[in-house]
Amino acid sequence: MTMSTPKRVLYHVLVGIFALFMIYPILWLAASSLKPNDEIFSTAYSLIPSRLEFANYVSGFKGFGGTTFSTFFKNSFIIVVLSTIGAVASSALVAFGLARTKFFGQKFWFAAMMATMMLPQDVVIVPQYVMFAKFGWLSSFKPLIVPHFFGTPFFIFLIMQFIRTIPGELDEAAKIDGCSKYGVFYRVVLPLIGPALITSAIFSFYWRWDDFINPLIYLNSPDKFPVSLALKLFLDGESLNNWGGMFAMATLSLLPVVIVFFIFQKYIVEGISTTGLKG
Amino acid sequence: MKRLRDNEHLTGYVFTSPFVLGFLIFTLYPVLSSLYYSFTDYNLMEAPNWLGLDNYKRMFMEDDKIGKSFQVTFTYVLASVPLRLIFALFVAMILNVATKAVGLYRSAFYLPSLIGGSVAVSIMWQQIFGDQGLVNSFLNLIGIHASTSWIGNPSTALWTLIALSTWQFGSSMIIFLAGLKNIPKDYYEAAGVDGANAVRRFFNITLPMLSPIILFNLTLQTISAFMTFTPAYIISRGEGGPLDQTLLYSLYLYRKAFSHFEMGYASALAWVMLLIVGFLTLLIFKSSTRWVHYETKGD
Repeated sequence: MTMSTPKRVLYHVLVGIFALFMIYPILWLAASSLKPNDEIFSTAYSLIPSRLEFANYVSGFKGFGGTTFSTFFKNSFIIVVLSTIGAVASSALVAFGLARTKFFGQKFWFAAMMATMMLPQDVVIVPQYVMFAKFGWLSSFKPLIVPHFFGTPFFIFLIMQFIRTIPGELDEAAKIDGCSKYGVFYRVVLPLIGPALITSAIFSFYWRWDDFINPLIYLNSPDKFPVSLALKLFLDGESLNNWGGMFAMATLSLLPVVIVFFIFQKYIVEGISTTGLKG
Repeated sequence: MKRLRDNEHLTGYVFTSPFVLGFLIFTLYPVLSSLYYSFTDYNLMEAPNWLGLDNYKRMFMEDDKIGKSFQVTFTYVLASVPLRLIFALFVAMILNVATKAVGLYRSAFYLPSLIGGSVAVSIMWQQIFGDQGLVNSFLNLIGIHASTSWIGNPSTALWTLIALSTWQFGSSMIIFLAGLKNIPKDYYEAAGVDGANAVRRFFNITLPMLSPIILFNLTLQTISAFMTFTPAYIISRGEGGPLDQTLLYSLYLYRKAFSHFEMGYASALAWVMLLIVGFLTLLIFKSSTRWVHYETKGD
């Protein structure tokens, strides 16, 4: 479709205004984090602070009761990195098994995987809590990390879709050359599914970084809190009035997500388009 | 060793073993024990006592909060899912033109759905709709006096959550964009020759061709809308207020399980939710034979 020049100008003006409207709240959050405390709400419509107030970042970063945001960020990184490694590695193995080997019960396990993907998590949240309590895992990172080492249905599905585009002749050729199935996975398939693994890793990063309900349930001492849970503390009790600090830390918590988005945009768009993954 | 390697059944299970184990331990066993707890008075401290159907009776006969929670949740799902999909389709069609700036616009529209589930955005939303927030500040600027919090007002609180969900139409939009790119151009050209106007082209070509993608999105978005937790928790500070107007079902379940430690009752709540979501999914799929158009070879 091609447009005449006046039409094109009108198109860009209208779509541009709508795009600005969409990201205005995010810009407002970032701008408010740089405003002096008394200005945040008195001139809320404005994106421009009268002077740049970096003190918000200092006061926010101090955290709560002696635990600073460096601890919260460190906790988030530990949880995110370990659970992402586990999720991607195990999902790749399972995806290969379901897509490229024939075994008894394969159809059943594929169906089980799709069913798990659709299962509302609320159904397992109570019994999982009971189970992890019996394991003695409460107040530790284990409930937030260990389950991810057993494959994530969304990633298994995504990687399977990708493996299916690799011609089966490659497997056959490797087999003739004396490769076992393990060799086929390691030497043939693994080097070719890099993009699917990256896409899975990015989504895992987002979901673990944003996860709120699991840390809320399993962690109770602030020195173990990830950033998502720590932000909630700004809404509690005595810290209630540090608006600037709250806006500053909220902005800071979004920074890694936005940076990853701009670096890996291509993978994200392809990942969503091919599987309908929710980002 | 050679024989073992050649046994493909074994190889298959070696590769899928993480999921097989994970499914048994972290999904199947919890789902079944949740069903068992739902018939008991389990409270985490004492051994569960069998109650039969009492928890379910209590839900429908005695619990007066649950009616409110159902009403709020259904309003939320029935408003936010269609709004999200309509916006997604509308913006995808607008962006489906050949212009260099599309990538930039696409990022701008997608960014909200990327960060939308975070605590930071829920906090941001709470401040935007607060009594001195961004929305009221703009209204006052154009001369409309506004000083009440949209979040504290029982008649608007839920709609701020629906607005937050609609704001995140970006991921569906990207899926629709990919779908639109796959519709052959000559379909539209042929329709143009036949004199079909834009509205008819939309209803006769675009919508039927996208219907499988719409079905997929509708299903997943409905399930995830039912499970919305973080924004309701943050905006209402974990209470579901004002007047239980933001007491989404997940939040109610969370409060029963982890504030009151009524694990048995919370499990019954979870199972009713599973049945409702399962029923709705089935309904969407059953009805889909009427409105989803699958392209067959040679069509």
